[in-house]
Parts: sequence; structure tokens; C-alpha cells
Amino acid sequence: MRKVLMGNHCAAVAAALAKVDVVSAYPITPQTQSVELLAEMEASGRFKGRFMRVESEHSAMAELLGAATAGARTFTSTSSQGLAYMHELLHWVSGARLPVVMVEVNRALAAPWNLWADQTDSLSQRDTGWMQFYCSDNQEILDTVLLAYRIAEQAAIPAMVVFDGFVLSHTYEAVDVPAQEDVDRFLPPYQPRQQLDVKRPLAFGSLTGPRDYIRLRRRLDGDLRRSIELVERAGREFERIFGRRYGLWEEYRCEDAEALLVASGAPGSTAKEAVDALRARGRRAGLLRLRAFRPFPAEALRRFVKAQTPLAVVDRNCSPGTGGIFFQEIKAALYPHPAPPPVYGFIAGLGGGDITQELLEEIWLEAADKRAEPGAARVEPVWMEDPR
Amino acid sequence: MKPSIPAQETMTSGHVACQGCGSTISMRYALKGLGTNTVVVMPACCWTILAGAAPQSSLGVPILHSPFAAAAATACGVKAGLEAKGDKETQVMAWAGDGGTFDIGIQALSGAAERDEDIIYVCYDNEAYMNTGIQRSSATPAGAWTTTTPAQGGSPRPKKDLDAILRAHAIPYLATATPAYAEDMVRKFAKARRIRGFRFIHIYAPCPPGWKYDPGLTIELSRLSVQTGIFPLYEVEDGRLKINVPTPKRKPVGDFLRPQARFKRLSPEDEAAIQRETDRRWQALSQGS
Repeated sequence: MRKVLMGNHCAAVAAALAKVDVVSAYPITPQTQSVELLAEMEASGRFKGRFMRVESEHSAMAELLGAATAGARTFTSTSSQGLAYMHELLHWVSGARLPVVMVEVNRALAAPWNLWADQTDSLSQRDTGWMQFYCSDNQEILDTVLLAYRIAEQAAIPAMVVFDGFVLSHTYEAVDVPAQEDVDRFLPPYQPRQQLDVKRPLAFGSLTGPRDYIRLRRRLDGDLRRSIELVERAGREFERIFGRRYGLWEEYRCEDAEALLVASGAPGSTAKEAVDALRARGRRAGLLRLRAFRPFPAEALRRFVKAQTPLAVVDRNCSPGTGGIFFQEIKAALYPHPAPPPVYGFIAGLGGGDITQELLEEIWLEAADKRAEPGAARVEPVWMEDPR
Repeated sequence: MKPSIPAQETMTSGHVACQGCGSTISMRYALKGLGTNTVVVMPACCWTILAGAAPQSSLGVPILHSPFAAAAATACGVKAGLEAKGDKETQVMAWAGDGGTFDIGIQALSGAAERDEDIIYVCYDNEAYMNTGIQRSSATPAGAWTTTTPAQGGSPRPKKDLDAILRAHAIPYLATATPAYAEDMVRKFAKARRIRGFRFIHIYAPCPPGWKYDPGLTIELSRLSVQTGIFPLYEVEDGRLKINVPTPKRKPVGDFLRPQARFKRLSPEDEAAIQRETDRRWQALSQGS
């Protein structure tokens, strides 16, 4: 059924379609409408799960830790400070191998206060052992929540579905809302491998010595790497049922490109316009739009890049002292590589600045026309401040 | 003769608690009152260790370890998850120390109490961070020595009145208990099991290494805490307060304080001040507030 929905509503509709058992959430701008709609759907009977109104994000994720250990399918959404406040629980939930799914609406972290899109909140949770998928439009948000449940439950690893505050969270778009019976076909009920059960009294999370601890971490690391296969398989299955294809990334006009934009989130959608405009002017531009940040498709990237095709990585995030986080990840993925392409990092749109088509064209030209030193990656990022 | 306390043991021997640990005796009685249809949620506390390192467990019921600040929220989640899976009967008990309750866990505790979540929250209160080695918490009484209040006079502030805070949440059941009164404790857990909504049980759990006394005196100190009025035994059901162990002739607080080396620096004036504060609290309690 076609509906006009804002990004936050897509998240809530998807959670209801996934027949989530327990939602526990706390309001924060710009995520708030996702939990408001779930509360409304609960009140009207369209959402059959339990909606828990907690007093903090820390407690929201703690409740999901408890509910998921009891065998429930769980959901929450948050942003920015809320995600940072949950940080302790993120490690706990992945260590416990619980397939919690969370919508994370990108918003800049204080100080100073800022409400607008910036990926540093989700990317700074890189090492928590969660999967992270970045969406570029509202259809993708809805679809990725469904995909996230399937992948997370197969991998026993929690997943974050990430999109840009306001740019997507508050923008209405026409979205195809799948039929419940199709979703049920794609997403069978959650079958936990172990759960709290008084008839089989197990202890979860007990004190563990170094011998077992390192083995558990090694297993999580390996399973998160191997989840690449699950992401691809789920994407193929999703396409078979719903007709839309999602992989680890999206390639746009890459075949003969002189240089590639590498972007994620909503700017990944704007970047297609930039590529088209550059092509109309006779420049062979292309785009690699990243979806999966964890698992990071490093091996596929090594196979994909060409020595003579520079990458212009657009980061709406910054790890102070080292620059854009996608930039670093891509450079790390390409080492060692027999003939790596030049990789240029561009930081733009922090704290909600517009990443316009023109800005993306400028970034592409910068990378395409500064290809003097093949094989050399720039260490310093280029800061694209808004001149207005 | 029918024993007054259920014979079933849900806690094993061979755990690693200190000799004379009040919280260990309390867990044994708590589970006798609750039965085995119970899930225990534990934040960081002595019981993180006492429950057993993987793959061992000292309890015959499921345990979920939780982050320090999150015992109440995690327990609410377990209850919601069990109910979502069709289990309406299993009791969920959060079992936390005073640090995890009075201090770092109070936000989640207050939230769960205010929402009247259907869990039992137990604070076993040994009046300091004992698992990390005797640091002051807001449950530490005035004058008690801890490693973070080493100066003359000990802890500078009176113990936080947590029970008053919990009562302000209008919860259906609140009770105090201590191991010397075993039947009273078991009865309170059995009663809590039959009540729906948020139930809070505050256990006074003597700690030999933290309070610095002979481990053989745990039950005696537990009894003296009640007989002196330091820790009165009462329950509040739907707002109605009932004192369970009336002590018309209360013993002087010195009987409780002096066997404990944590109070050895108390001057006669300090002891008199503690007596006055204990009298004041007892007076308020016996008037039902």
C-alpha cells in the first residue's frame, strides 16, 4: 500500500510490521515521532506488543536487555545524547548476543547544543559490536528495519538502523508499506538459542575469566565479519518478496567513472543528482553509496576499487584528531592493496549543514582533478565549510 | 510438626561468600519465600561474585546479570519479555546492594516504582560498597568508618532515608527485613509474591569485613539492629504501615554500635546524637509516618 510517511513514521510502521514484542523508549529530538506513533498504534490496537515508557535511554536499553533475554523481539529508537547515554548497554547487549534492533536518528553531540544531522553519534559507537546500516530515503528506512531483524536474529548480533535527523526523520515521502503476510514470510518469529526459563535455570552474563572471555570476543568478531553473507542473503530474499534490492552498498554509474563519490545517509541520495549533473557536463562521475558500516565490506571494497579511480569520501562526522570516520575505515580496508586508488576525505555538513548537490560536485571535482599522485592517500581531511 | 520456614533449598552450599555474610543468609530465605518460579536480576554487587563465576551458579533459579545502574529497568524488561512470551506467573526479583540502590541505581528504581512495574526489588543493605572494599555509599550511617571516609569521625552525613523515598512513590508493598528474624523475612517474600505491582523489600544485611566484627555475631547484630530501633521491622501495604516487631523497651544504640570496629572512633557525644536520631525516627514510625 502506498502511503506518504515521514522517516520516523517509517521506523515505527516497520517495527509494528515486524511484530515486535517489547518497545522501550525515551523521547529525544529528532527521533520522537517514531515512539509517538508506536504509542498511538498501541492505543488503537494496531501494535500488539508492549510499549514501555521509561525514565531514560539507559533504562530503555536495559529493559530490552531483560526482554530479549526472556526471548522477546525488541525495538527502541534514539538519537545523539540518548545514544551516548546508552553506551554501556550497547556493549552489554552485543556481548550477550541479543538481536535488539534500534533506530538511530543522527544528530550532533553537545557541547554546544545542536539538534541537527551529524553521524558522529552513531559512528562513535563503532566498537560496541552492533551492526550499523545507513539509509538514504524513507522507503529504505522501513525496509532496513525489517532486514535488520532478519539479519540480527540470524547472527545473534544487535543492529542499528541509522538515518539523518530532520533531513529524513521529518521529511514526508511516498513509501510502499508492505503487506503483513509478506513481512511474515520474510521474517519468521524470533527463536532465541537460549532464554530465561525457570525450568532450565541458567545464569546469563556471569563472571568470566580471560580464557573464556577472549574466546567469546573472538566469536563475536568472527560472527560480525561473517554477517556480510547474511546481509547479502537477506537482501536477495527481500528482493524476491518485495522487489526492492539492498546490499552492502549501492553502486551508481560506477563502471567507467574517473572518480567516485563515497557517501552514506541522505547525502548518498543527493550525490546521485551530483553524478548526473557532472555526467551531463561530460565528466564521468560515479557514486558508491555505503549502507553497511558494520559489518564493513572491506574485502569487497578491495576487489571493487581501481588504482586509477580516486575515491572522494564524504563524512558528515568527525573523530577529532583523525578526521572523517568513513575516510579512515576505507583507508584501513585498502591496506594492504597492491595498487590502491587515491583516497580523499571531505568533512561536510557537521551539525546539520546542508550537503548540497553543488557541494558534492565540488568535492568530486577536487578528487577527480587532483589525481597527480596515484597510490597516495591524503592524510588530512578537507573541511568543506558553508561559505554562506 | 510443620516447620515455619519451607525446607526447600534453592541456594547451594559452596558459594564464595565471606563467613557470616548477612546477604547470603537473606538470599536463602528470600528464595524460600518466593519459590523456584523466580528469575533473579543482579547488578554489580557482592552477589555478582556470590552467584558463581561461569559456568557455575549458586542458585537454582535463572539469573541475569545487569549493569550497575540498571537492575530495576532490566528486571522490568525481563517481566515484559516473559509476559510477551505468555508467561504471566514467573516472579522477577531485582537483587541489588545499597550502592546499586541508594546511589547509582536510584533513577531506574524510581522509574520502575513510579510506573508500578510488576517486579520485586530487593536492596540488601550492608551500608557501603563492600564488593569493591568498603567505600562510603549514601546508605553509610553517620560516623561509620569506610576507606573513603577515613578521617576522624567517619562518614559525615546521616544515612539516606530510602524507604521514605520509596513510600513517596505510592507502591503497593514495602517491607523491611533482616536475617535474625527469619520467619518474618520468609513471610514477607511469600506475601510479596502474592501481590501484583512494584514491591520493595529493604534487607539490613550485616557484613563482617565491612562492619569489622566477629563473623559469629551476624545474627546478634541483626537482632540488635531491630531491638535498638536502628533498623525497625515494618511493612507498608497500600499505604498502611504496620510495625512487625514492636520494641516497647528499646535497647540503647550503643549495644549495636560497640561490637563494630567501624564505629570505634565514635565519641560519647556522637553516640548520643545517633541515639537522638534513632529516637526521632522511631517516634515518627510509631505514629505511622
